[in-house]
Amino acid sequence: MGDLLNAFAVAGKSALGFQAVFFALLAIGLNVHFGYTGLLNFGQIAFAMLGGFGIAISVTQWGWNFWVGVLVGLAASVVLALLLGLPTLRLRADYLAIATIAAAEGLRLLFRSVSASPVTGGTRGLAAFNGDFIALAPWDTSRRYSVLGTRWSGGELWVALVGWVLVALMCLLVWLLMRSPWGRVLKAIREDEDAVRALGKNVYLYKMQSLVLGGMIGALGGMVYVVATGAANPDQFQNANTFLAYTALILGGAARVLGPVVGAIILLFVVQFADTALRALIENGIIPGELLSSTDVAQIRFVLVGLGLMLLLVFRPQGIFGDRREVMLDAR
Amino acid sequence: MPADNLPPGAHAASLDKNTGTGTRPGGGVPQRLAQAALRDVPWEIGVAKPDPAIVVENVTRTFGGLTAVSVDHLEVQRGGITGLIGPNGAGKTTLFNLLTGFDQPNTGTWSYNGKPLGKLAPHQVARLGVVRTFQLTKALSRLTVLQNMLLGAQGQRGESFLRALVPGTWRAQEKANTEKAMDLLRRFKLDAKKDEFAGTLSGGQRKLLEMARALMSDPQVVMLDEPMAGVNPALTQSLLGHVKDLREEGMTVIFVEHDMDVVRDISDWVVVMAAGRVIAEGPPESISQNQAVVDAYLGAHHDAPLTVEEEDQVLAQAGAAIAQEEHGGGEVLGTDSTTGRTER
Repeated sequence: MGDLLNAFAVAGKSALGFQAVFFALLAIGLNVHFGYTGLLNFGQIAFAMLGGFGIAISVTQWGWNFWVGVLVGLAASVVLALLLGLPTLRLRADYLAIATIAAAEGLRLLFRSVSASPVTGGTRGLAAFNGDFIALAPWDTSRRYSVLGTRWSGGELWVALVGWVLVALMCLLVWLLMRSPWGRVLKAIREDEDAVRALGKNVYLYKMQSLVLGGMIGALGGMVYVVATGAANPDQFQNANTFLAYTALILGGAARVLGPVVGAIILLFVVQFADTALRALIENGIIPGELLSSTDVAQIRFVLVGLGLMLLLVFRPQGIFGDRREVMLDAR
Repeated sequence: MPADNLPPGAHAASLDKNTGTGTRPGGGVPQRLAQAALRDVPWEIGVAKPDPAIVVENVTRTFGGLTAVSVDHLEVQRGGITGLIGPNGAGKTTLFNLLTGFDQPNTGTWSYNGKPLGKLAPHQVARLGVVRTFQLTKALSRLTVLQNMLLGAQGQRGESFLRALVPGTWRAQEKANTEKAMDLLRRFKLDAKKDEFAGTLSGGQRKLLEMARALMSDPQVVMLDEPMAGVNPALTQSLLGHVKDLREEGMTVIFVEHDMDVVRDISDWVVVMAAGRVIAEGPPESISQNQAVVDAYLGAHHDAPLTVEEEDQVLAQAGAAIAQEEHGGGEVLGTDSTTGRTER
């Protein structure tokens, strides 16, 4: 019983910590791209990496202020969005998907390459750039605090708090935009580009604005991640994270303001709970060691998440917040 | 042209009948303007119209070896309904796509009110007041009917990214647009459906919605690609009424249609395309007698009702063929009788 409570507490910490913020921001960006505009961005992690390294490189390599680093990260994500969008947004949706997935993997390999290591730190990455930010915390960051039965460092708490404020602000931004005529054009583009063109809207411009906006939100996610871990390493930004963010988005419900946030919280809770609970069950001998060893747990938990997601898509294809009628229209 | 066997002044009964529908105030008067203006226009391909809204010059579009469109000169009369007909693959939709910027031609130019449109993107064409609908109806399924309508409004302040964040800048305009949309929806009898997803509408209702949405932009030229396709007869009548209303509001209408009764009913002028070329133009009553049109639609070897002389001729030929067959030359029958008929 104690183990179970402990599993809940650990999973709760994970679902409220910086990793949930990270996935929530990635997924909010993807929601703007995919949920509202119908753009298939399969390389959201590249925007996050540029955001994170924007801070890391500016502070450690160039000696700039932390906040200048934030601006550099955002600017880099805008440039990436423009580079990806200019050639592909005039084409069919698939081309953006191909370009983004290639860019995400290519950029990561470039950042970890030997020739880039004077700037990016290569495979070792960069560290010690978040001091200015952590120092802003209104409490003592060297102490550890007990929240809901788990131990948090002061710095962790501070990053998570600022992160969730950021998530709330981004949700507010998306909500404001999507109830406006601007958001209506995006949703119409998702449904049928040509119809929107025939009504006198510059579809290319709107798709570009959407790509840039979602990419910038993804960059904020990457910033939260590197500031929380205190290190920026290219290998933290595996493209699998993009697909986990998609999982969060679909779990919560695409084209809903709070869908990606709730999806990210649930995803991290379930993954962490499965991990802790399975380990506890193995240690207590309830699951025999021959069947499942604790080294397998790291993989098995994603299998369980996958199964859960399949069940969700069968019984609730619209996600948690989605409108079933809306999803069913596609089946006609 | 073999189309001159009716004097231009002789109107088909169906056209005169239209003016008497009487349900719309002031109906019929503007229609007669376009029709009267076209009365003295000769029935020739590429003829100059008294007041052209759209002028097409030497437009060609090829897909690989196939010439989809090759139009030397075409003028579309302002304020009239121009029907564009032709068999499948004649290039009607390709011409529509070219005129509205959805496709780029290999050669040629065209202009609207004297402004060249050749290099414009689709949304720029639409902003000039030339809107189109699509052959396969493009209702925006997961938007409500009302949202579909509001999307059609032009010059919306709230469609700019930064102003979208400040509702005060666009709320008044949005309210005015909503009222206008509701007026149009009432006219098209869709007002009860305003909060339903457009994807739940029937095929005919989607056609109505698409037309209503196009009207939200206050267009001057409306291009309808098969507005009646797949619509039941009752709704066809209602759609026809709406198309006539457009003309009475002074809009120029170009529409593609296969149903000849519909074309005869509402067109002021008909342009016939086949294999990418304009093969005939003239008032609707001139078209059905035009041999080039008949050949294009039915093929040169068609089965038309026979006149008495032709019947005699065919019978004589058949008799001769049977006589020949009895002497052992069986394969002559088919070729002989068909060539006899096409040369009439």
